Amino acid sequence: MSLKEVQNLVIIENTPLNATNFLIRLVSIKPLPKFVPGQFVNVEINNSSEIFLRRPFSVFEINYSLNSISLIVKILGRGSKKLTEIKAGESVNLIFPLGKGFTFPIPNERILLIGGGSGVGPMLFLAKESGLNPDNVHLILGAKSFEDHINIDDYRQFGNFYFTTEDGSLGERGFVTQHSVFQNKLKTFDKIYACGPDAMMKAIAREAKKSNIFCEVSLENLMACGFGVCLCCIEPTVRGNLCVCTEGPVFNINDLKWQI
Amino acid sequence: MADLSVKIKDLDFKNPVMTASGTSGFAEELNDFYDVSKLGAVLLKGITLKNRDGNAYPRMAETASGMLNAVGLQNKGVDYFIQHIYPRIKDYDTHLIANVNGSTVEEYIEVTEKVNELERISAIELNISCPNVKEGGMLFGISCPGAEAVTREVRRVCTKTLIVKLSPNVTDITEIAKAVEGQGADSVSLVNTFLGMAIDAEKRIPLLSTITGGLSGPAIKPIALRMVWQAYHAVKIPIIGIGGIMNAADAIEFMLAGAAAVQVGTAIFKDPFIPLQIIDGIENYMKRHGLNSINDIVGKLAL
Ligand SMILES: Cc1cc2nc3c(=O)[nH]c(=O)nc-3n(C[C@H](O)[C@H](O)[C@H](O)COP(=O)(O)OP(=O)(O)OC[C@H]3O[C@@H](n4cnc5c(N)ncnc54)[C@H](O)[C@@H]3O)c2cc1C
Ligand SMILES: Cc1cc2nc3c(=O)[nH]c(=O)nc-3n(C[C@H](O)[C@H](O)[C@H](O)COP(=O)(O)O)c2cc1C
Ligand code: FES
Repeated sequence: MSLKEVQNLVIIENTPLNATNFLIRLVSIKPLPKFVPGQFVNVEINNSSEIFLRRPFSVFEINYSLNSISLIVKILGRGSKKLTEIKAGESVNLIFPLGKGFTFPIPNERILLIGGGSGVGPMLFLAKESGLNPDNVHLILGAKSFEDHINIDDYRQFGNFYFTTEDGSLGERGFVTQHSVFQNKLKTFDKIYACGPDAMMKAIAREAKKSNIFCEVSLENLMACGFGVCLCCIEPTVRGNLCVCTEGPVFNINDLKWQI
Repeated sequence: MADLSVKIKDLDFKNPVMTASGTSGFAEELNDFYDVSKLGAVLLKGITLKNRDGNAYPRMAETASGMLNAVGLQNKGVDYFIQHIYPRIKDYDTHLIANVNGSTVEEYIEVTEKVNELERISAIELNISCPNVKEGGMLFGISCPGAEAVTREVRRVCTKTLIVKLSPNVTDITEIAKAVEGQGADSVSLVNTFLGMAIDAEKRIPLLSTITGGLSGPAIKPIALRMVWQAYHAVKIPIIGIGGIMNAADAIEFMLAGAAAVQVGTAIFKDPFIPLQIIDGIENYMKRHGLNSINDIVGKLAL
């Protein structure tokens, strides 16, 4: 059996979650391979000359009985915009599963998951799949404002949720690293996972490093292929320049050469 | 039944569809999708004598109908290739062709001598056309004396079929093609990428860390096709056509213009199955046109 697939999936839902993010749910006619939180798919948007390459998106949710994959897509430029305009019923071509996901926590560990923007998706996926007692799973989700947060009611059963907004319209005011849980309880966690804007992940990595806590982040380097043949997506690491698409997108912060 | 096999020098290829260097890794990555033995050949990622980290990120930018890259020949060096990668790939039942690079003639020679020892490497593609390295690479490929010198010296030591990969960043491709043919090249492959550039107007910055990079994809196809056509009329050695091939029709156009075989590059990023679809498409075309062999297509442009 092939390890990676190129498949047409049918979009069954393409709906705005908030001001900037869309939820896109796609179904396959075949059973899906197992996905680890942090892994991604590479989506062909269409054949227009302006959107030549695929666009990578992390998996947010998988339903193995419905053969469905969900993505949270933030509108950034021409490709993501076009993707969010595709109607339910149309199909798009995906390559999957790609990359290596997060390292699972071991039983009884306490984990802190921090998501910003569309980076919330993989964090919710990990919370759901962590296998931990929900008491040990804590999530800080950050956004600009109340309208930029997505509804996480279906996920409350998997952990404890905290919110930040820059304008204070939901949860604590400020960035995720300014949240009281992050400020006061960081050392109570065995593992920290983060997905979101670079500046956010670097700020988290700095504190995790100081406190010597295991920390993994998910990078979003520009990609041409997504499966390791072009060497465009590299990140400098202690093991040299590595492809984010095959050796990542999840990296332990101790392997990265971030100036933090 | 349509016979898709082609011969280049003494090598027999199952079909004329190869995957281009730097766009098909070391064949293993494609083998995650399908059995690479279906391909005519796999051109392996460019190798150099010593480890090269390549250029800084960002190394790519999407452009209209194509992309720019500035990878800069990142690889762990020929010794690492021989010890760690070759043993894993040597049993693939297709032709594996090494893409050999250097910043000096001596480096090209040293890498060639090491690759000579590898039984399952069928041929050497001498890359004198990489636009993304400061020394060597394209500098050899854009002048006749440079192209002649490196081809002559490598030919002396090379025990395998020698393909020389040409740069399109020249005024007259036929001069370079003739120059390398004169020094004993068994075949020429063309083209490598075109030197290009992209800018973010809002931020007023170049999109590549190296400012300029190599353009590939359908955007370059008409120019590549013209160069293959010109080279076909200038040299007698077989030509391998490269540049923006996305489907069987593109591949057949290159063969009609004179290419004995083709390489598929950037198209693989869009869909790794495209090379296989092209093989099927060529077979289909042959059936539709009642052609028995690839020779019935190569250079058979009706004028
Ligand atoms: C492994 C991985 C997982 C990802 N997961 C998600 C996800 O779950 N949800 C989501 O919304 N997005 C995700 N992204 C980012 C997403 O791929 C990009 O937002 C998308 O490709 C942008 O395409 P576009 O055509 O809209 O933007 P473009 O029109 O191509 O670009 C618009 C602007 O944004 C910049 N840009 C584009 N892509 C990136 C990038 N990756 N990093 C930095 N700058 C960029 C461009 O340089 C340009 O200035 C992920 C990226 C990777 C590599
Ligand atoms: C990301 C990337 C990396 C490449 N690396 C190499 C290389 O290592 N050696 C080489 O000879 N050509 C290299 N090339 C050039 C291709 O092999 C090919 O000549 C070129 O891309 C044109 O064909 P295409 O339009 O089908 O991609 C590279 C191209 C790309 C896009
Ligand atoms: S995107 Fe091509 S190697 Fe990672």
